[in-house]
Amino acid sequence: MPQKRVSLRINGRDYTHEVEPRLLLVHYLRDMIGLTGTHIGCETSICGACTVMLNGEAIKSCTVLTVQADGGEVLTIEGLGRAEELHPLQEGFWECHGLQCGYCTPGMILAAYQLLLRHPDPTEEEIRRGLDGNLCRCTGYQHIVDAVQYAARKMRESK
Amino acid sequence: MIPAPFDHITPRTLDEAIRALASHGEEAKLLAGGHSLLPMMKLRLARPKLLVDLSRIAELSGIEAERDRIFIGALTTHYRIESSELLKEKCPLLPQTARVIGDVQVRNRGTVGGSLAHADPAADMPAAMLAVGAELLARGPEGERWLKAEDFFLGLMTTALGPSEILTKIRVPVLSGHHGTAYLKVPQKASGFAIVGVAVWLRVERQLCTEIGVGVTGLDAKPFRARRVEERMKGTNLAQSLVQAASSQVTQGVSPLDDIHASAEFRAHLARVYTARAIQEAAKRAGV
Ligand SMILES: Cc1cc2nc3c(=O)[nH]c(=O)nc-3n(C[C@H](O)[C@H](O)[C@H](O)COP(=O)(O)OP(=O)(O)OC[C@H]3O[C@@H](n4cnc5c(N)ncnc54)[C@H](O)[C@@H]3O)c2cc1C
Ligand code: FES
Ligand code: FES
Repeated sequence: MPQKRVSLRINGRDYTHEVEPRLLLVHYLRDMIGLTGTHIGCETSICGACTVMLNGEAIKSCTVLTVQADGGEVLTIEGLGRAEELHPLQEGFWECHGLQCGYCTPGMILAAYQLLLRHPDPTEEEIRRGLDGNLCRCTGYQHIVDAVQYAARKMRESK
Repeated sequence: MIPAPFDHITPRTLDEAIRALASHGEEAKLLAGGHSLLPMMKLRLARPKLLVDLSRIAELSGIEAERDRIFIGALTTHYRIESSELLKEKCPLLPQTARVIGDVQVRNRGTVGGSLAHADPAADMPAAMLAVGAELLARGPEGERWLKAEDFFLGLMTTALGPSEILTKIRVPVLSGHHGTAYLKVPQKASGFAIVGVAVWLRVERQLCTEIGVGVTGLDAKPFRARRVEERMKGTNLAQSLVQAASSQVTQGVSPLDDIHASAEFRAHLARVYTARAIQEAAKRAGV
């Protein structure tokens, strides 16, 4: 099958590659760009571990083709904050014990990022609804809700 | 899980897309949000040789009001419908339905046209479209034609669209007068798909129900409009006992699906209960 040329901006950097049309975005990010912060859990669009932002919207990158993202802008966990300067959401997960094994965390944080873009001051119910597409086998979710509330507060205060 | 190899094109116009479909026949498939098609391709339940990606055809997206009608482009995502102020005001049943589809990520990608064309028997949007009496615009090599939602769904994942036709637009009425709407469903726990879902819109004048539309999904192999229930509600004051009696008719003439999520008997029971609850909720919102 013919390869297709794609150009994407990922975490602020431009990339161009020739890819097979069937290459899933998550494999492109992990295997061709080397951004392994985006995890693969179920590969069937259920667990949310592969969540990234595409053109300002949270998506499950195991269910988007790289060619569909051509020309688009992607934000992954690596682009959100830096080790010496965590994003308020990363800080919130740290402070509130929002993770244990950490497998779900990058996807969880990007889904939460989407939520805070749309609802800067979410209720607990809105947080739970906003994270409906992300599964966590460890935390029982309550600490994740706390972490998102922490981040929401911090982001509002810094405005 | 990786789909079998295929080629992918991104036509810029509808005519280009229709030509690609017509010349490749069975081997080509349209790609909208990909949230039904890609999972099927990963499981190799579908193996198209060519994907005709609609996403770069600008005229397929957007929501616009024109007098007493609203036009929705087929490529409009569930999230755009859920968050549309225009629809919340003028046809609230659609945002009420869109907001309970899957999860945020699914609603960011999945499209209304993809959902209707895919015709999954457990999809939510078909119920709402049937209830409001939506009309669907199909465009193919021979030109355009409008189809009523009621004539669109033919059976399990089967619609009235021809092999080279594209669903381009959906037309729904502005709901005027004193009205109420509701969409209630029993979601399958993992995916959110409807085990049974019931969409209702009704108009009330002087405390009497003058018009009503009831769309049902999940119960049968195809979504349908529950005409028997509607006939029994029209002209009544929507009293609880009347709603119960009318809702018991929802299973008349249908063969309920029977699968690992729910037996036929349980589905039929859920359909009766949720039809009554959806009518009552719509009536409450209409101020009855
Ligand atoms: C995890 C998960 C949970 C979900 N939960 C729900 C849920 O709770 N309720 C629900 O209703 N849905 C649910 N869905 C399905 C989702 O809503 C899909 O997005 C939708 O059914 C299909 O839309 P799409 O744009 O993704 O279509 P695609 O997958 O791109 O296409 C689906 C089919 O329709 C055809 N098609 C697409 N657009 C057109 C067009 N304009 N004209 C003609 N044919 C066309 C394609 O060729 C294909 O055969 C879920 C999906 C996932 C992955
Ligand atoms: S890996 Fe994409 S949703 Fe689970
Ligand atoms: S922290 Fe282990 S899955 Fe969420």
